[in-house]
Amino acid sequence: MAEIHLKQLAHSYSDNPQGHKDYAIREMDHVWEKGGAYALLGPSGCGKSTLLNIISGLVTPSEGQILFDGHEVNSLTPQQRNIAQVFQFPVIYDTMSVYDNLAFPLRNVGKSEAEISAKVKDISYMLELENVLKKKAKNLTADEKQKVSMGRGLVRDDVSAILFDEPLTVIDPHLKWKLRRKLKQIHEQFNITMVYVTHDQLEASTFADKIAVMYGGQVVQFGTPRELFEKPEHTFVGYFIGSPGMNFFDANFQQNELYLDGHQIALSKEMKSKLAITPYNNLKLGIRPEFVEVLEADSPLLSQLNSDDANTKAALLDSCENCFKCEVQVVSDLGTYKIVSLKLGNTEFKARLPEEQAVPNGSVYVRFPGNWLKVYADEYLVD
Amino acid sequence: MNKVENNKAWFLVLPVFLLVAFSAVVPLMTVVNYSVQDIFDATNRYFVGVEWFKEVLRDPRLHDSLIRQFIFSFCVLLIEIPLGISVALMMPKEGRWSALCLILLAIPLLIPWNVVGTIWQIFGRADIGLMGYYLNAMGIDYNYAGNSGDAWATVLLMDVWHWTSLIALLCYSGLRAIPDAYYQAARIDRASGWAIFRYIQLPKLQSVLLIGILLRFMDSFMIYTEPFVLTGGGPGNSTTFLSQTLTTMAIGQFDLGRAGAFSLIYFLIILLVSWLLYTAMTHAEKGE
Repeated sequence: MAEIHLKQLAHSYSDNPQGHKDYAIREMDHVWEKGGAYALLGPSGCGKSTLLNIISGLVTPSEGQILFDGHEVNSLTPQQRNIAQVFQFPVIYDTMSVYDNLAFPLRNVGKSEAEISAKVKDISYMLELENVLKKKAKNLTADEKQKVSMGRGLVRDDVSAILFDEPLTVIDPHLKWKLRRKLKQIHEQFNITMVYVTHDQLEASTFADKIAVMYGGQVVQFGTPRELFEKPEHTFVGYFIGSPGMNFFDANFQQNELYLDGHQIALSKEMKSKLAITPYNNLKLGIRPEFVEVLEADSPLLSQLNSDDANTKAALLDSCENCFKCEVQVVSDLGTYKIVSLKLGNTEFKARLPEEQAVPNGSVYVRFPGNWLKVYADEYLVD
Repeated sequence: MNKVENNKAWFLVLPVFLLVAFSAVVPLMTVVNYSVQDIFDATNRYFVGVEWFKEVLRDPRLHDSLIRQFIFSFCVLLIEIPLGISVALMMPKEGRWSALCLILLAIPLLIPWNVVGTIWQIFGRADIGLMGYYLNAMGIDYNYAGNSGDAWATVLLMDVWHWTSLIALLCYSGLRAIPDAYYQAARIDRASGWAIFRYIQLPKLQSVLLIGILLRFMDSFMIYTEPFVLTGGGPGNSTTFLSQTLTTMAIGQFDLGRAGAFSLIYFLIILLVSWLLYTAMTHAEKGE
């Protein structure tokens, strides 16, 4: 077990990197604690596999250091780092039995057969493989094979970390959750540092204590699943996490006030002063569909808003903080909840509503609660 | 769903049926027909039953060639398979050099059999041949036309030169098909180079090796042109293999009945050995 420190780490596959574009991994600094469960989450090509290979030792970073328990391991091979890795496709030794597969890493370091047998027994019990120990590994099902490749990492008690490179890709959906739970159990029992690469937010959040969301070669946010949901630090995290993803609106900041579609947005004094000194090219407001409130037909506010008197209406809209009139586009009923597509000005956005709430056709009023409305300058959260 | 039965669909099978009939069944049955008759000329023929088969099976000349043939095929497999695998393992994995290696390896495979025979016939000559001349210059008494050991060595060397490439190319493609993850996992498991070969590369080569071994067995068991051009079966009968004995019998002596019986036995031997090899290898692959 080891603490993994990525110190000013960056990697470029080109010999003479010029700008950000030449970097597969842009400079980052993270400490991953001993015994933690971490996930690297991001779309294809975001650099997560490169980062995993840097940690495992298959790729040497071009800049910065990678430290295991404070010792630099940049130039060490995976075996010297004592890393175990589980690949996307199960890697097993076809001609060997399951027992021999699990014993293989121990035999290679010259452990005694008695020691090996005890250890293999332990691990096969943990992974529920004890009934197939005598079988040839090639005759196993995909999930059993993946368990065998995991087991080869677990039999060595000196591993500093286990790395998973999208290990559930080839597993049947109904076995995925089972294997995921097994992983979680193993983590709790052995307390090994585990790093899990995936593009599936559900896999990442069920497995990991902390998730590093990667986008364009950088970790745009490093936090718990809850932090990623409630407070995305980058618009990409907003898009990528949650289903549907976060809604974004173009906003503008004039004379110390923030406007969305011509309506003034309530903002704290600190935020205003922060925005005033933040340089930016574009400004966005973001809110998750879960936090959008669609005013119900019987709400008193709504009945007053529907009154004909334009003056009362204007006054009421002013008094209702962050209320907007929108057009309903589509309502999709997903059985346990509803997704409503709405249009505010020219921007489409979505709201997630409880199943029982009725949504009228035509116009509705929505409210964006101030604490869930986030401001992004050049895609980064202003906080 | 109701299936429509239309017997006219049988006509669609007809082309294949005709093709197989003319390419395999008819020639084979002709041989069967010859094998049970004694043929003197176009009009005089007598049915003799299995007489020819009995005679062929007792013929010591054929016994000798059969033994020679088995030894030859065995040597060919023994040399070419390990050599082909090692060449494939040593080849560069990618880039310009691997392309060059592939081209160099493919060249012997493209040369016609009788040309290969001629090349080696000249190459081995003591007076003008590069190999023959220098071997003799080094004091080695080498003469493939006079010494049966030298003749054997030359025929074997020629076959190795001609066909090892096939095994090497098959294995090379097999090796390229192994995902990198296997090697990475093996390194992480601290496997030695030998263990990587034994537990990753060799098992993954099994299917291409099966094809390679069968092809090389069948081809070497039927070898005709190259030794015929190189040594003409000599010195004496030392490099006379089965197919050459057969040709002499059928065309040289016009002994069609005997040659027919012999052909059938020859065919059955190849079929039997190929089946044995195939079963042994697929059985090993399946395991328990």
